[in-house]
Amino acid sequence: MKQVLATKHIDKYFHKPKEFHVLKDISMAVEQGEFVSVMGKSGSGKSTLLYILSTMDTDYTGELYLNDKLITGRSQQELARVRNQNIGFVFQFHYLLSEFSVIENVMLPAKKLAEKSHAEIEHDAMEKLKMLNIGHLAEQRASRISGGEKQRVAIARALINRPTILMGDEPTGNLDSHNSENVFDIFKRLKEEEGLSLLVVTHDHDFAKRTDRIIEMEDGRVLE
Amino acid sequence: MNWKVILNIAKTHLLTKIKSTATATLGVTFGIGAYITLISFMTGLNTLLDDLILNQTPHIHIYNEIEPSKKQPISMFTDFEDAFNVVSSVRPKQGQLKIHNALPILNKLKKDKNVKGATPQVRAQIFYLAGSIELGGSLVGVDIREEVKLSNIGAYIFNGSPAALGNSDNGILIGSGVAEKMSLTVGDRVQIGTVSGSVFPLKIVGIYQSGIAEVDNQQSFANLKTVQRILGEVNSYITDINVKLWDIEKAVPMANRLEEQYAIKAKDINEANAQFETGTDIRNLITYAVSIALLIVAGFGIYNILNMLIYEKMKDIAILKATGFSGRDVQLIFMSQAMLIGTVGGLLGLLVGFLLSVLIDNAPFETDAMPTLTTYPVSFEFNYYLIGIIFALISTFIAGYLPSKKAKNIDPVEIIRGT
Repeated sequence: MKQVLATKHIDKYFHKPKEFHVLKDISMAVEQGEFVSVMGKSGSGKSTLLYILSTMDTDYTGELYLNDKLITGRSQQELARVRNQNIGFVFQFHYLLSEFSVIENVMLPAKKLAEKSHAEIEHDAMEKLKMLNIGHLAEQRASRISGGEKQRVAIARALINRPTILMGDEPTGNLDSHNSENVFDIFKRLKEEEGLSLLVVTHDHDFAKRTDRIIEMEDGRVLE
Repeated sequence: MNWKVILNIAKTHLLTKIKSTATATLGVTFGIGAYITLISFMTGLNTLLDDLILNQTPHIHIYNEIEPSKKQPISMFTDFEDAFNVVSSVRPKQGQLKIHNALPILNKLKKDKNVKGATPQVRAQIFYLAGSIELGGSLVGVDIREEVKLSNIGAYIFNGSPAALGNSDNGILIGSGVAEKMSLTVGDRVQIGTVSGSVFPLKIVGIYQSGIAEVDNQQSFANLKTVQRILGEVNSYITDINVKLWDIEKAVPMANRLEEQYAIKAKDINEANAQFETGTDIRNLITYAVSIALLIVAGFGIYNILNMLIYEKMKDIAILKATGFSGRDVQLIFMSQAMLIGTVGGLLGLLVGFLLSVLIDNAPFETDAMPTLTTYPVSFEFNYYLIGIIFALISTFIAGYLPSKKAKNIDPVEIIRGT
């Protein structure tokens, strides 16, 4: 199987408030169509690893590969492009731009990519919303919908540019069990129907054990 | 670069914070509006004052100065070369008031391509006679048709016209102060007495008011020929020549040349009115200082509001960056907000400035200095509007640059982790 995401010997230090070795020699990989979860206690470095994988954090040593291409060392401008095109991100707090409508939020990354016409983007966005059963909310203001709905909008936004990999930072951490279940089902369906690769950091054991593979982290190391 | 998306986000931010946006925009509008109003009014006044001086004063004034000889006869004697000579009670040199060879000089000047025009004048000391009362004064003989072309004497004549003087052989444009003292109006006759004792009746064809009381209490105008006749002189008797040039800068060298060439006194306008340019410069300086101060205040307003907006939008910025907007894109979003505020505020400011200028331009204003003036003088020069909008754009650019730079450098990881 093709590796969509891989790291080689990644080390990271926090310099403030005092010197702290947070990630120690991390080498890992995610294969095409794989649903991987990352677990570990608070402070084990799992979120820190995720931000490095997402290309937003560039302060590390080691190498990061996306689709077999070296990402480490590229300019901020290029990294933004990589994030835009290849990585979908879902956060614990379903960050939406509250002044924009639901569909505008979903369309934004595609407009930035500017590979399709406005009509095509709108059509795509509507399709994603319908797939997630929130098509009827399209014209609502993002600040007026419920938490579970917001998270589904965030997923639709993450999917709009057909990314290589979808990353989640505790995507169910702030949702009730019903909505958590819902989000998990969506992820599962995306993997099975669209062959999407997923990497999700979570605290939730029930969530993690239903994924293809669990990466356990402790004190900045991956437990084998 | 995807301007459509960036501008759309900028627009949405501005519209959802419409009160802050309006405040910032009004700041710019106020600054630019005040600048346009001030500069238009100031320039209008400056032009008026410059015209007052420039049009009343000839660029070069040629006359014969009564002065003592620079070289007293004793210094011509070689016998007294080494002696210490004292000449007491020095008298002016015997000479004439008229310019020697005035008509040829006048003709030569009129042919000079630097000269816009040259007019002859005859100045005479006279008395205005009213019964047994004699009022001292002066009568200036002018070629009124030439004079109207070269100076704005027409603007200072009321109850009559320069043409009326040209048409009458014994007409007089009497000073307003004299007319008032002697209860004279247009159509009346006034007796003029000369120094030599003869008396001439002249008909008043108009009243002259320069706004300077000392002048108006003494000076009157008549035709060149009339004054020559009163003085009993021939028509080559000319005491002053006023020269107007096309280019005022050439006044100094030309005056020097004329003095040398014709052995006469030639006074240039800079010598006569050294202070007037200083006044113009200082008024301009004040206008710009006030305008820039206003714009700095407006700039701080924009800076403040953008800073607050960026603080509020930290999460949005993090999201934009996480979903693939680069730091530059984010900076452009906030820069375009600043520039939109600047453009809208600036254009509104130009409009406000223009309307206020029109209002001032129509406000009644009467002054003795300019009898024909009825409203405040305002200049409507396109360049000031251009400078105004450039001012607005530069100040909002600077005010927007610093906060947007901060937005560019926000680390999305910190924001996302922080909650």
